[in-house]
Amino acid sequence: MHLLYLAADETPNPVWPIWQELVIGAIGFALLCFILMKYVFPRMEETFRARVDAIEGGIKRAEEAQAEANALLEQYRQQLAEARSDAARIRDEARADAAGIRDEILAQAREESERIIAAGRESLAAERSTIVRELRAELGTLAVDLAGRIVGESLADEARRHGTVERFLADLGEGPTPAQAGGRR
Amino acid sequence: MLAEGKTPFPPSVEDFFLPGLGGQPWISKITVLLWIGVALVILFFLLAYRSPKLVPTKSQWVAESMYGMIRDGVAKETIGHEGIRFAPYLTSLFLFILVTNLWGIIPVAQISPNSHIAFPTFLALLSWVMYNYVGIRKHGFAKYIKLNCFPPGTPLWIAPLLVPMEFFSNLILRPITLAIRLFANMFAGHLILLVFTLAGFALLGANAVFIKPVSIVAWALAIVLTLFETVIAVLQAYVFVILTAAYLQGALAEEH
Repeated sequence: MHLLYLAADETPNPVWPIWQELVIGAIGFALLCFILMKYVFPRMEETFRARVDAIEGGIKRAEEAQAEANALLEQYRQQLAEARSDAARIRDEARADAAGIRDEILAQAREESERIIAAGRESLAAERSTIVRELRAELGTLAVDLAGRIVGESLADEARRHGTVERFLADLGEGPTPAQAGGRR
Repeated sequence: MLAEGKTPFPPSVEDFFLPGLGGQPWISKITVLLWIGVALVILFFLLAYRSPKLVPTKSQWVAESMYGMIRDGVAKETIGHEGIRFAPYLTSLFLFILVTNLWGIIPVAQISPNSHIAFPTFLALLSWVMYNYVGIRKHGFAKYIKLNCFPPGTPLWIAPLLVPMEFFSNLILRPITLAIRLFANMFAGHLILLVFTLAGFALLGANAVFIKPVSIVAWALAIVLTLFETVIAVLQAYVFVILTAAYLQGALAEEH
């Protein structure tokens, strides 16, 4: 094979490399490789990794947040259920209390009314017996006066002497009770 | 590319070898294009990735998707998960070839450094050294050679035929085909563009008046073919990288 770089004015053989160009190609390519492999591609790998991390981290974070949200939801539901049962319990208790209080008040009221009625009856009876007593005295006096007028002389001393009126009235009182007697009258 | 007055038609190999500064090959159009290409790639990536963010900016996204394409689409896809450690090299390789290829269609430059076989040769040799190194480190020298020359499970009687063929194809021919594929594509691409562009001028300069308008057809074709070359430029960069990845995978695999 004919060596082409022997003379500059000779046409080189195109399939035989020019050694100077081999050297320059080697230096150029080595430079390109060196700079790209040292300053660019490792950083690209780093970026790729960071990107994957970012995406996977994002997914993981989202999953965590989801799980947390689910746990919270569950907790709230539980709390809500608890609150509901509490409320129901309190309502029941209140209802029971109210019924108790009402019964108590009713009982008190009934007692009170009975007491008032009884007191009324008592005072009525007392008044009545007073009136009856007064009436008796009045009646005795009136009857003696009346009899005295009819007879024409005073029987008052006589009646007082013998206790006629008292005896008569005692006879009357022995029969029916004043209340029954009053009711009949 | 254009000579004043006389158009050099048809184009020849000389059109690929413009003399360097002062007639030496150290500083020539080719090497300058190579340096500019390397500088552009480095600058773009350093600028795009000076402050990477989780949510990328546009240029960061472009830079990332280039790396990601080779990393996931080539290294991971072809070699498997352990291929990711080759992703930086494969991406650098891809970017280097892509940029140098694209010079072939960029106005003013319009020649790819890869149409000089020196660059594809260097890259192919590097790939060759790399996949053999990786294979020998994994299997040990003897086992690696054996795996490459005599695939397990083949009948013994075929060995005399198979061993030289496998040896030749796996351990010798691979870098050569890698280099020549890239070189030939870029060389032919440039030649085709030259043919149509220069033909346009040649037709324009023709003596017969009715031939002159045909030059427009030639230039239109040159434009179409330039677009076609764009596809070739990307495709060849990809092919080179994916073949390197496949060789690495073959060297790492237990069986072929």
